Amino acid sequence: MRYMMLVCVDESVEVSEAEGLPTAWVDEMEGRGVRKFGSRLRPVSDATTVQVRGGEVVLSDGPFAETKEQVGGFDLIDCRDLDEAIEVASKHPAAKFGTIEVRPLWEE
Amino acid sequence: MSSGVEAAVADAFRDEWGRVLATLIRMTGDWDLAEECAQDAFALALERWPRDGVPRRPGAWLTTTARNRALDRLRRGASESAKVQEIPLPSQTDDPDDLGDDDDDRSVHDDRLRLIFTCCHPALPLEARVALTLRTLAGLTTAEIARAFLVPEPTMGKRLVRAKAKIRHAGIPYRVPPGHLLPERTGGVLAVLYLLFNEGYAASAGADLVRQDLCAEAIRLARTLAMLMPDEPEALGLLSLMLLHHARRAARTDGADLITLEEQDRARWDAREIEEGLAHLDAALRHDRAGAYQLQAAIAACHATAADATDTDWKEIALLYERLAQVVPSAVVRLNRAVAVAMADGPAAGLELVDALDDSGALAGYHLLPATRADLLRRLGRHAEAAVAYRQALELATADADRRYLSRRLAEVTGQG
Repeated sequence: MRYMMLVCVDESVEVSEAEGLPTAWVDEMEGRGVRKFGSRLRPVSDATTVQVRGGEVVLSDGPFAETKEQVGGFDLIDCRDLDEAIEVASKHPAAKFGTIEVRPLWEE
Repeated sequence: MSSGVEAAVADAFRDEWGRVLATLIRMTGDWDLAEECAQDAFALALERWPRDGVPRRPGAWLTTTARNRALDRLRRGASESAKVQEIPLPSQTDDPDDLGDDDDDRSVHDDRLRLIFTCCHPALPLEARVALTLRTLAGLTTAEIARAFLVPEPTMGKRLVRAKAKIRHAGIPYRVPPGHLLPERTGGVLAVLYLLFNEGYAASAGADLVRQDLCAEAIRLARTLAMLMPDEPEALGLLSLMLLHHARRAARTDGADLITLEEQDRARWDAREIEEGLAHLDAALRHDRAGAYQLQAAIAACHATAADATDTDWKEIALLYERLAQVVPSAVVRLNRAVAVAMADGPAAGLELVDALDDSGALAGYHLLPATRADLLRRLGRHAEAAVAYRQALELATADADRRYLSRRLAEVTGQG
């Protein structure tokens, strides 16, 4: 089953590279054949939101949701079941200081 | 229909529903289909058994009948043909009355364990875990579960539908967790069963029989789990704990009012349940891995084996609470320890511990903290302070029975009793 891991972190919290960089995790999960694709995202200050209202394109600066934690990266993983996805997500370094949402892809 | 056959179907429903459903879910991978086919099989039993007699092995008859229903339904849905092939045939014949004894009982056991662990998966909301366990393992209807948890039936229906959808969509596995996950997941299953029991136990002061029946269901499920997990002493410990508490149910209320342990008529305790509870506790403790449920059962056993309140081994209970507080760092456990210490070493020693808890603020808003303080102050003869604490407790207590008890004690210490 394929799951999207949304890696959510509080950008205002300083995290050292040793703690935050998922290089070892990526190597491990790609080696296992679990991680298919993913990337870190630029900070929310570089985000643009797009809406169409009354035929007009409405743009605004910043993130869609005004929450403390923002999506800071994503990983598409292919796992046997949710238990494996949980295991994979719990090994991501951001799980220690952020929140990882594991969402199954909408596949029939 | 003769009442004998009706009783046989009712017995089979109670004993076999979870087993039949668990096996059908494994075979079809489809919870709704499995549930419908299990229901069909029981309906067919009501029709057939009066005519043909009760089969020698009702469970095997029901499972085979339900499996055949599932095959029929899947064959009719042409697009689902792939699934039909996945259904293993347990025997050469499709005739439910002609089943050999070669059924693999072990796999049936595993099916029920799979079902318990899947229903109690931590990715499901707690309330859904409880509802799903009652629906699938205990066979309660959605209406019965709704009544037991005091929510409208459509709300409970939606909760069950959402839980089943999440199992399917999120890929929650239908299996017993592997070794490294087992301790944590087993704890989760035990917590669901204990929550069920407590829901029923808390209701036993009222007149709501559906809620009280939750205790019996929880005991039945705990018994099954303990049987399926013979190497897990905490499962036995939980079963023992439930039985030792349940044994006191007839004595713990007087109509609507709660009667304290101290004042209960011990002749009304259920001697058979106590005996069974003690036996399970002994068996659990032999594993030499005492956990929270075994320690709580051991405390309940101290009460159950005391001839009367004055005979209670409070020193042992205080020690058990101290061990429990190490396993479960909970302020409520520390409060209970304070009560035990007060009984063992006098109210002043207990009050010291209660005051320390009060200062920590860990139990702010919990009515039993001022209620316990009030009781200890009353025993020390400090009636004015006791009255203040009883009033604080009354401000926080919500259950009618608790409020009546506190009001009665308040009247006593203010000389209006």
